[in-house]
Amino acid sequence: MSNQSNPAGAGISVHTGRVAPLNQANVDTDQIIPKQFLTSVTKSGYGKHLFHDWRYLDLHEQEPNPDFVLNKPEYQGASILLTRENFGCGSSREHAPWSLDDYGFKVVIATSFADIFYGNCINNALLPVQLTSAQIDTVFAAVEQDSTCQVVVDLPQQQVRFNDQVIGFDIAPHHKNNLLKGLDAIGQTLELDDKISAFEAKQAAWQY
Amino acid sequence: MGPELGLIKPGMTVVCGDSHTATHGAFGALAFGIGTSQVEHVFATQTLKQSKGKCMQVKVTGARPLGLTAKDIILAIIGKIGHAGATGCVIEYCGDTIEGLSMEERMTVCNMSIEAGAKAGLIAPDQTTFDYLAGREYAPKGADWDAAIAYWKTLKSDDDAKFDIVIELAANDIAPQVTWGTNPGQVIGVNQPIPAPEDFSDPIDRDSAVKALKYMDVKPGQKLSELTVNHVFIGSCTNGRIEDMRAAAAIAKQGKVAGHVTAIVVPGSVAVKAQAEAEHLDKIFLDAGFEWRLPGCSMCLGMNDDILSQGDRCASTSNRNFEGRQGRGARTHLVSPAMAAAAALAGHFADTRDFVAND
Repeated sequence: MSNQSNPAGAGISVHTGRVAPLNQANVDTDQIIPKQFLTSVTKSGYGKHLFHDWRYLDLHEQEPNPDFVLNKPEYQGASILLTRENFGCGSSREHAPWSLDDYGFKVVIATSFADIFYGNCINNALLPVQLTSAQIDTVFAAVEQDSTCQVVVDLPQQQVRFNDQVIGFDIAPHHKNNLLKGLDAIGQTLELDDKISAFEAKQAAWQY
Repeated sequence: MGPELGLIKPGMTVVCGDSHTATHGAFGALAFGIGTSQVEHVFATQTLKQSKGKCMQVKVTGARPLGLTAKDIILAIIGKIGHAGATGCVIEYCGDTIEGLSMEERMTVCNMSIEAGAKAGLIAPDQTTFDYLAGREYAPKGADWDAAIAYWKTLKSDDDAKFDIVIELAANDIAPQVTWGTNPGQVIGVNQPIPAPEDFSDPIDRDSAVKALKYMDVKPGQKLSELTVNHVFIGSCTNGRIEDMRAAAAIAKQGKVAGHVTAIVVPGSVAVKAQAEAEHLDKIFLDAGFEWRLPGCSMCLGMNDDILSQGDRCASTSNRNFEGRQGRGARTHLVSPAMAAAAALAGHFADTRDFVAND
């Protein structure tokens, strides 16, 4: 896999990598990272627990489940997760994108994402790419045929490219801009501090 | 706890690092869960950037039949629109059935907005809301109260407001609900048979059903009353309030917990626990063979010692029946507090309407 970053090195631009196909809808946050691993407040170290219940046959993560996609030899080193509808539903836990990122995923391609999870991805420079069901089918087919298939996810051009296919995707301009430039959302908002203070001054005390 | 203290008021924007923040929408507040980075943003700036959501109206109409609880209403809504049916939306719940709900019942409905995929769910404030807030510790007082009421009364949708999606349900069509699968949209009335994968036209729903039937160890056509329950959990932010305790106690006093069932009751807060004890509900539960616990999240998400073992089957008043939510390999069926108490006594799922009639 390779990452072509912007000159400052902080954002996402064009990512090329292999795909791990998780052919399932409604993958919830309890599956992505179960609650027993939420006891730390740092953002790293969750990758080994990613998909814990599916990935391991035992509680101590000593016995990998050979049937689970991330344990198959052909998908080692994949940096793009391909999945289906409503990915990331459930909890607001930001540990979900943290664990995907820590494992090594840079991009998640799905038919749809749960709202809170989507926002959490944007805030953690994990690129969520939404494609239609039919488009997702073509990516699954390509990966099934050749697990080494290199997929290019091009954020500036809003394209997913593989073999001879080019698929466009939508992303909100402000999300795109923040991801491309690796912007600090807090710094951006604080530039509007005068307006925030003016608004707060207008509120009646009993409202809060 | 926020509502108990009068902290949550109509028209507020309420955010918290918990997806069930939507509970506070019961007060006509825009309340939603956010991630850790967003919490940081709020602390640093007192603001949060948001994209505008779609508006969904969910209208429930008609007199509430005997034994129908707020939990059944929200589970039936999720069953109708699906687990991701409201993705990208804020739901406004309305209709005379919703207007007839108490504040605690409204909280139960709004709590599970996220289980329908919605970011938030809210109910327009009305006299029920104002009566609940009046006199609470952080509610406005004196002239401020009058000013607040005048403002809060303006917080409702226009009669000709346009919604992106409109869903309607009749209260009379809703039976006590039980989830049979591994997402909250996989739900049926207590007397309906467990569905077969072929019953779903959408291939994704069909695949999910196959997987859920296997995980839950249930068979198409099976009756819920044939499923032996060995754990019962009454509590959580969905159903841990005093009215929930009362509803469960009304059933609990009609018998004893079945021998093979471990049943725990966990009040949602210290105030709820104290109120329940003042009403001697704790004694009813203990006499019937339930455990009476200290307040907390307990078995809702199994982050503590209250976890189930592989293969356990639990009737739970919580909000998520995801695989492994209450313990690896454990099977969660979401129900109302009354249905959970009935399952504890019967040792399997039972129709609360049979108990309510006796009460």
